[in-house]
Amino acid sequence: MAERRLIALALALLGLCALFLLWNLRVPMGFILGLRAEKLAALVMVGAATGAATVIFQTIATNRLLTPGIVGFDALFIFTQTMLVLTLGGAGYAALADTAKFVVESALLMGAAMALFGILFRKGADDIIRMILTGVILGVLLRGLAGFAQRLLDPSEFAVVQQASIASFNAVNPDLLGIAAVVLACGLGVALWLAPRLDVAALGRVQARVLGLNHDRLVFVALGSVAALVAVSTALVGPITFLGLLAASFAHALLRDHRHIVLIPAAALMGAAILVAGQALFERLLGLQSALAVIVEFAGGLLFLALVLRRRAR
Amino acid sequence: MIEITNLSLSRDGVKILHDVSLRLPQGRLAAIIGPNGAGKSTLLHCMAGLLVPDHGQVYVNGQDIHALREQSRALILSLLTQSQGAVPRLSVRDLVAFGRWPHHRGRPGPADHAVIAEAMTRFDLDALAQRSVDSLSGGQRQRAFVAMAYAQSTPWMFLDEPLAALDPKYVRDIMDRLHNMTGPDSGQRSIALVLHDLSVAARYADFCIAMKDGRIVAAGPWREIVTSELLSDLYDTPLRLAELDGAPVVVGL
Repeated sequence: MAERRLIALALALLGLCALFLLWNLRVPMGFILGLRAEKLAALVMVGAATGAATVIFQTIATNRLLTPGIVGFDALFIFTQTMLVLTLGGAGYAALADTAKFVVESALLMGAAMALFGILFRKGADDIIRMILTGVILGVLLRGLAGFAQRLLDPSEFAVVQQASIASFNAVNPDLLGIAAVVLACGLGVALWLAPRLDVAALGRVQARVLGLNHDRLVFVALGSVAALVAVSTALVGPITFLGLLAASFAHALLRDHRHIVLIPAAALMGAAILVAGQALFERLLGLQSALAVIVEFAGGLLFLALVLRRRAR
Repeated sequence: MIEITNLSLSRDGVKILHDVSLRLPQGRLAAIIGPNGAGKSTLLHCMAGLLVPDHGQVYVNGQDIHALREQSRALILSLLTQSQGAVPRLSVRDLVAFGRWPHHRGRPGPADHAVIAEAMTRFDLDALAQRSVDSLSGGQRQRAFVAMAYAQSTPWMFLDEPLAALDPKYVRDIMDRLHNMTGPDSGQRSIALVLHDLSVAARYADFCIAMKDGRIVAAGPWREIVTSELLSDLYDTPLRLAELDGAPVVVGL
């Protein structure tokens, strides 16, 4: 049953990709198709990486409300961007080759994300309230530090940071797509390899250990894969806090299955489908009147509130 | 046989277990009793290898439990904790199937499916197989978790307050099934469980571990060591071990 739904979701994504590529296609077709294909690749990769990473993160945290973005990863990205511009200077930052900038940012984010997740999961994520509070407070601290550092920037440098803080698919460097694809494929491969262990980890740390799972090692490897997926996708286009929550929630609701071997691909497909559909509507119908990330954040924020309120009502 | 020697454990600077030593024979249903804060759950978690002691060793069937890897440990003992988290929408059958994880590590074979089917039938869960664990009553849910521990097919089963919040019907149901598991047709499992209901312990347990203030006050065959005096001293309140219609009961005076 879940497998059939997964196939249907894959077919729906293929349909959306075709729509994105071919809707309102005009001459010169080859040129426009090339541009759209590059954007489509970025949309699919970022959506898939974010969806898969969120499912893994939620399983490790044994909580379906949490995402890396919500517990401080996005604040970490803005802080990293600000510090890079502050230390290199606006000119130095702009002079960096795109590939070098992307690799440095990804590596910095990956290391910082592992440190952040390491703090959050220090006691095995048994205490969800402690983890959320730590994540939120660290997020506030990092945003505060970034805000302070931004006051030291001149207006042009500040504009660079502001631009990087909002996700955009309109200016993705095609040279970076190949590097991102390799890292994301590795991250997704590790995630699927971990899938049977993640099924056990979903029962909670103690129960998983009772069943013979080396839980601490699993958490380390799984968070490494999450860090790689979110770091590279964020370095590619910027942060979209609630995309992962949307993708993971819809994947759970659609599949109604606990197996990660189907959940991870479903969340990946769902994340890609949300971005492709959103970008297609936003570009072709709304005439680029807003940013896709803003719409995703709005819908995801509403879903987050709905999930929190539904839990309180129970 | 479980052999515990000079086990001590502290948490946040507070000593919870003080130099505990114990020999627990196989094939018994052992009740760990004692007042709140006596260290019963901590001892059980230590015996299961989940808590590492400051001093002392726990040997299960001759193997130092803390020197074993998780997978090897999971083939020797299972533990049912006080609060079991269940994955949303997880079916009862899938939950019970998790008990086989230490044996197949994600690739279940025909032998695993046979054990799962047997556990489902033994715990009367066939009619609930596709129901979500979330939707079960407290008693059904507890039965499903005990079935998962049973499916793990370990010679030792530890249960931490498995009867909490259950009504008398489910208490009897669970205890009858656990008691049967120590019989020869279930491979003579050895069971150690933390109990607060002393009448239930008196009726079903054939071994007693009485704890107070992180120490073992008495340990041995229930009929030989448990008296009204022991229970009264243990709980600092007058208690009497009596018989009602041939069954042992513990009443407060």
